[in-house]
Order: sequence, then C-alpha cells, then structure tokens
Amino acid sequence: MIDTPSVDWLALSPTLALLGAAGVALLSVLLPEWMRKGVAAVAALLGFAASAALAGWVFDESSTRELLLEGTMVQDRLAALAQVILGVIGVAVVLTSWSDRRRENNAEYYALLATAGAGMAFFVSAEGLMTLFLGLEWFSLCLYILVAFDSERETSLEAGLKYLIVGGLGSAVLLFGSALVYGATAELGFGAIAAADSSSDAFLYAGLAMILAGLAFKVSAAPFHMWTPDVYQGSPTPVTAFMAASTKVAALVVTLRILVTAFPAQADTWTIAVAVLAAISLAWGNLGALAQRDVKRILAYSSISHAGFMLMAVAANSEVGTEALLYYLVPYSAMSVGAFAVVAARERELQAPVSLESLAGMGWERPYHGIALWIFMLGMAGFPLTGGMFGKLFVFSAAYDAGDWWLVLIGVAATAVSLGYYLNVVRWLYMRTASALQVAVAGGSPPRDSALDIAIAAAVTVTIGSFFVVQPILDAASDAAAALPF
Amino acid sequence: MLTTTLILFPVVAALVVGILPLPREATAGLALLAALLEVGLWITALTQFDFETGGLQLGTTHEWVESVGISYSVGLYGFSLWLVGATTVVFAAAIGYAMWVGRERTRAYHALMLLLLGAVVATFAAQDLLLFYVAFEAMLIPLYVLVGVWGGERRQAATVTFVIYTMAGSLLMLASVVAFGVTEGTFSLTEGITSDNTWIFLGFAVAFAVKAPLFPLHGWLPLAYREAPVEVAAVLSAVVSKTAIYGFVRIGLPTFPEPADTLSGLILVLASAGLVYGSLLAFRAPDLRGVIAYSSMAQMGLITIGVFAFDDLGLDGAILQSVAHGLVSATMFLLVGMVERRCGTSDVDVLGGMARGRPTLATVVLIGGMIALAVPGSATFAGEFLIMAGAYEQGWGYSVVVALGIVLAAMYTLRVISAILHVKPGRAVREEALDLRLGELALVLPLLLLLLGLSLWPALVSESAFVASSLEDFLP
Repeated sequence: MIDTPSVDWLALSPTLALLGAAGVALLSVLLPEWMRKGVAAVAALLGFAASAALAGWVFDESSTRELLLEGTMVQDRLAALAQVILGVIGVAVVLTSWSDRRRENNAEYYALLATAGAGMAFFVSAEGLMTLFLGLEWFSLCLYILVAFDSERETSLEAGLKYLIVGGLGSAVLLFGSALVYGATAELGFGAIAAADSSSDAFLYAGLAMILAGLAFKVSAAPFHMWTPDVYQGSPTPVTAFMAASTKVAALVVTLRILVTAFPAQADTWTIAVAVLAAISLAWGNLGALAQRDVKRILAYSSISHAGFMLMAVAANSEVGTEALLYYLVPYSAMSVGAFAVVAARERELQAPVSLESLAGMGWERPYHGIALWIFMLGMAGFPLTGGMFGKLFVFSAAYDAGDWWLVLIGVAATAVSLGYYLNVVRWLYMRTASALQVAVAGGSPPRDSALDIAIAAAVTVTIGSFFVVQPILDAASDAAAALPF
Repeated sequence: MLTTTLILFPVVAALVVGILPLPREATAGLALLAALLEVGLWITALTQFDFETGGLQLGTTHEWVESVGISYSVGLYGFSLWLVGATTVVFAAAIGYAMWVGRERTRAYHALMLLLLGAVVATFAAQDLLLFYVAFEAMLIPLYVLVGVWGGERRQAATVTFVIYTMAGSLLMLASVVAFGVTEGTFSLTEGITSDNTWIFLGFAVAFAVKAPLFPLHGWLPLAYREAPVEVAAVLSAVVSKTAIYGFVRIGLPTFPEPADTLSGLILVLASAGLVYGSLLAFRAPDLRGVIAYSSMAQMGLITIGVFAFDDLGLDGAILQSVAHGLVSATMFLLVGMVERRCGTSDVDVLGGMARGRPTLATVVLIGGMIALAVPGSATFAGEFLIMAGAYEQGWGYSVVVALGIVLAAMYTLRVISAILHVKPGRAVREEALDLRLGELALVLPLLLLLLGLSLWPALVSESAFVASSLEDFLP
C-alpha cells in the first residue's frame, strides 16, 4: 500500500468542478455537430457557476484556515472569495463567447476556458512554491492556446506567440526565483519560508525579487506589461475579457498571499518595491492609453493602470489594504468583462476591429450598449454611482493609512490623466455622429445576442450595485483578509 | 425623509423620462411636470421646516459603509433649504425653456437635466463628507454630456476644459476626503469633528474655487458658459456654482475652523481680485453671454467675500446673494437665449434697438437688469449691502472692493440693457423679430416675481438662513 495524503474534496471542489466541466466539453466532440457548441458552452457555463457556488460554500465552511495536501495547498476565505469572483467572471465570459462566429473547435474552446478557470482556482489556493508554479503554468498554457485560438487571424497568432514567449520568460523568472528561495531556506511552503530565519540572505532577496517580477508579468504591472496591449488586441475579445479580469484577480491575490505569508520579515523591502511597481504602472498605463486609437488597446493600457491601483493596496501590507484590494477586484472585474463584451458586440456587428472611430454615434444607435459602455468608462475612471469610486477610495485610504501619501498623490494624478481617455470614449459614443465620419455602420437593428446582453446587464448590475451595497462586500473581504497573518 | 424624496424624485423621474418611449412634446412635458412637482416638494419642505429652532431638519441617516464610517446622511439647514429652493425653481424654468425650444434627442436631454437636478439637491443636502463628494462629482456626469452634445460649435473644447478644471479640483478633494476619513475614522459632518490640517482644507478649497469659480481658477468659465445650451449655462451659473458656496459654508468653516482662518486672507484677496477682474471682463466682453458669464464670476467672488467675512452679516448676505444671484442669473441667461433665438447671435456690436415695438421684452429685460445691477431696494442690493457690512470686520479695504464691485456691476449691466434695447437697431436685429411670446414670458415671469418678492422682503432669506443660536457652528 502507498500512503496517500488525505484529501479534503470539498476544498478542492471549485477546481474539480471546472475540470469536470472541461471534460464534458471535450467529450462533446463525440456528439453530432449541431449539438457540440451548445453542450460544450453549457458545460463550461455550469462548471463556472458550480465552481462559484462551491467556492461560496467553502467560504462559509472555512472560518479558520486549514492546510491541505501535506501543506501544499490552503483552504481559507481569501482563496474561496477569489474563486467565487473567478467563477462569476467565467460565467460572464462564456455568455460573451456564445455568439462568436467560430464554426469549429467550439468544444476545445470551452474546454480550455474551463481548464484555465480550474487552474486559476487551484493557483489562488497554492500554499507552496511548487503548487504556485504548477497553478501558474496550468492556466497560462490554456491561455496561450486561447489567445491564438482564432488561427485564421494573423493578429491572433501573433498575440499567441508574443504571449507564449513573454509569459514563458515570466514563468522562468518565477521558477528561478523559487529555486533561489528554496536554496536560501530549504523550504517550499509559504509558512515554512517565513519561519526559516534567513532574512539576511542575499539569495532570498534575489529570489523574492524574481518571484515578484514573475507575478508582475501576470498582473501586467509596468515595467513587465509589454505584452499586454498586443495580446489584448490580438486575442479573441471574450478571451481578452477573461484575461483582463480573471488573470488579474488570480495573480493579484497570489501576489498578496505570497508576499504576506512567505516574506513578512522582508516587508520593508517588498512594500517599497510594490509601491514603485504601482507608481510605474499608474504612470505608464495612463499615459500609454492616451495615445491609443484601438479600443481594446485602450482597455489594455487601462488594465495596466488598474494593476497599479490594486498594487497600491498590496503595498499597504495591511488588513485594510487587503480589504481594499478584494473590494476593488469586484467592480473592476465587472467593468472589464462588461467593456470587452460591448467591444465584442460592436466587433461582431461591424466585423472589423473596434477603433474609437467605429464607436462614433454608437451611443445613440445602440442605446443599451452605449449606456453600458458609458457606465463602465465612468466606473473605471472612479466616478460616483459606480463601485469604481469606492475601489479608488479604499485603495487610497489604505495607501494613506500605510503612510504612502505620495502614492495617493500619484494615484490622484493618474486618475486625472485617465479621464483623458475614458471620457474620450464617451465623447466618441455620444458627441460624434457616424454620418459625419463616414464610418460604415451596419445600420438597422443590431444582431440579436441575448447571451451577451445578459452578461452586460450582469456587469452593469455589479458595477452600480457595488456602489450601493458596499458593506457586505467589505465584510466578505474583511473575513478573507483575516486569513492572512497581519 | 422629505430631503431624501427631494433627492430621489428627480432621479426616478429621470429614469422614467429616459425609458418611456413617448413623443417629444410628451417627454418634455413630463420632465417639466416632474420639475414643477419638485418645486411643490420643496414648498412642502418649506412649510414643514421649523425656522425657530433651526439646525438640521427633515433629515435621514442610514448606515452605508459602517466599517469605515460612511453613512447616507442628508438633511437641510435654513440656508440649504433656500439654496435648494432656488435650485428647484431655476431647474423648472430651465427645463421649461428646453421644452419651449424643443431640444433634440428629447428623452436623453431631459433625463440628464433631471439627473443633474437630483445631484445638485443631493449636494446641498449632504451631511456626510463622502456623500457630498459623490453628489458633487455626480453633477459632472450629466453636465459633461449636456454641454458636449447639445452645446454650440466649440462644445468639445468647452467640455474638455470644463472637465479638466473640475476634475482636477474634485480629485484633490477626493484626496482630502480620504485623508480626513482615515485620520478621523468617520466621514460624518454631523458629529462636529474638526480638523486643523491646512493641507486637507486646501484640497477642498481648490475644488470649491474651481466650481465657483474664483480667480485665478476660472479658465473653464468663458468657454463653458458660451458653448453650453443657454438653459444649461443658466443652471451652471445660477445653482451649480452655488454648491461651492455651500461647500465653504457647510464644510470649510465648521470642519476646518483653524485652516479656514489661516487661509482666509488669501481667499479674501483672490475673491476680491475675482470680483474686480470679473466685473472688468464683463464690461469688456464682446457678447451678452460673456458679460453674464464674467458677471457670474464676479458675483461668486462677492459671495465668497461674504462667507469669509466670518460674521453673521457676511454669512446672511452670502446666502441671500446666492439665492438672489441664482434667480437673476437664470433670468438673464434665459433672456439672452431668447434674444439669441431672434437674432442668431449675442454679439453686442450687432444687437440693439430691440425696445422699439417689443414692449414686453423691453420691460422684462429692464426689470431683470435693474435687479442684476443691485438697484437700491432690490434683493441683490440687500445681499450686497450685508456682505459689504460684514466684510468691514475683516478690513475696510474689502468693503471698498465690494462697493467698487457694485459700481462696476451697474456699468456692465447697463451695457447689457442698452446693447439689447437701445441705440439704433443692430445688423442682426430683423424688423420682424417678435416680442416675447406668452410661453417665454411664462418662463421668465415667475423668476422675476420671485425676485420682486425677495426685494420686498429680503429678510425672509437672510434672517432664516442661520438661526442665531446655531450660527457659531458655522463661524471659525
């Protein structure tokens, strides 16, 4: 007999549900052709929904944190909350994907989406360097394929290649950093690394820096963001939505977890490093976005700047900061998925990449999508009546509380600059008319796409709802923050 | 409860107007009805308000974000009640004007106007720092689109400068709100918490100075007031600018007594400079809208002097003048709009001689102008006199500046009157240009009657804005 570790199946259920869904989606190729897409999409949809629901259950069950699988994984509310968010994002992305004009490989598409989701759910509950790397590669490999999925489009292939190379580099850096940390401490578990007294070891600091850099690639924080605009632009739009929201949620939660649990003794160093990353991301993301014409690229740069805002909360290294980060993720994910969903709808209508010019007059012709995009832009800019405002408020409060008042001022300046492009989108929506610009508009009524419209409605609801219903989200975030040793 | 209704009713009405697929006239009519009902709600509030006891009334408080000390807390003081009153009346007139001229994209337009109304009322009622920020910012959302879509030829430039200025101020205010909330652990304004941090006060002061606008932060004003649809310009200058005064009175003085005292010299000098400079610019402006825009800036300087006089006379005068100027400025903007509709321009050079054959227009412009130039006996005269008397405490120089401002106001207002009515008929004035129509008169007359009423009894506002017992709460 081989001794097998005891497995807490409930704690792993969010991951397993998605893996199961991926299996069903893959098996749909055995079905007659007309059923394949439906079965695969429904499987992925149910998988994500089940994952979110199970994660909610786990959240409820895990008032204390517990180590799983010989201490390589952890069951706590931080992971569970992240998994809930990831599951809901997944549902919205499946809805957004439904009307894509892809004729074949639907089974593979939804299977990969669910597998990537499973990888992220696994990633956020990693408690050791090995599982961390495993989770990272797991969802990254799926994303490499998804980015290049529209293989008939050159830009999609180009994006896939870029993401593969840069992502591979990021993973390699992370792995090297893990090796250095292991060399310095002879430990893989986060708690054990913190317990090993080797705070003066130069290898440990080098390892920490490389792990941070590796994760910054995934967070797309400047200066590790170079891949972001090209990849976001080239990927199929629903995949971009998935990456912009899910990858950020997963990578930021893990960044916070590893820094706080494995490197508390080095906090003086990494808080400064993260604050600098945040400042560079804010500056680079916002200034870069000003120069863009393609809406997906604008949103890509905007996601870099949001990474900066959220890293401000990580740099605070406090319970307040964790709450701020987790709150921020909720409206941010909704606005991100929602904005890309509107872009996807416009793309399908015009059958062309969406530039600012192709938004001209859209607010009047397609009022529902116009108002939705307007709300998302205002939310991203941090206007009131959207959760984006509270996100910024909490992040700024956390930074101010931690004494980083200079970071607050940079954040305020970055927000001011960001209006330049967010309001520019609104300007194109409402203040330019398509007739004046001779942009080919499909005209007539828009193609029916109820699934996508439901996803947009959900995103709008969360964006606005998180403004009015702040306390419950904050309570959940506060429970999750209690899982970390502050 | 009533305050919440005053805030939410226009917002709900905005959603209804925006969603119901009614024909244009019906949509506009519905919006006007909503605006009139809002005036009715305000009158209800007026009758329920107990002016004897003063203090915060008709309020509601709900927890919002308990763990950080943010609450939905609204209520009205005497002065807020009068500011809200001016708001509802001016909005009703502005929405009526928009209906009269038949704005395109009616549903969107009126929904945004009603949203703006809700946001302005919420700003005047907010008793929580964050709620105030929310309402203050929320005003910008409809304004941005209102100016950008329905504005004049250079509307895009106007919106860009307007938004850049306003947001720069607002974001500094956000930083201040964050700093205040983190330091004090609450955002409530009703707990009498004070802060002696000059930097935090400065963030608020800049935001208010931009909104007012005070010299030298008025760069957005000429373009925005010239390019906005005329009734939106009326709303901007009449009530939106007064949110800055409310901010100074409700937040600046009671919450930051020491910093306000420290910086009062600077603010008084800037306000005086704005008063004189704005008046001179108004005198030199080549078009009617420019005159009224710059005169609005001058008046805001004057009112700010009243606030920072730090005594009862100045504060009472500031509120009276805020209400009176709100009504006057709305009247004048709407009148300019009516002249523009007849002549296609508001260039002073090509107007003139409209008094001949147009007795109603002449009478209305003359009465409005007389009140605008603060002829003795008018409400504006009472307000300016109180401010002048109040400012004397801070130094006789400020009273001299106020007096100078009154003289300059007479100069530029007479210029407006004669440019429209007198001299020989200008190139742009066609013979067949009509006198004021009944519909137009119905918009302007209520405003004028209110002004005349206020002129007869200015104490109605000035004596009830602050109850003597609670006045010291608002003085540093």
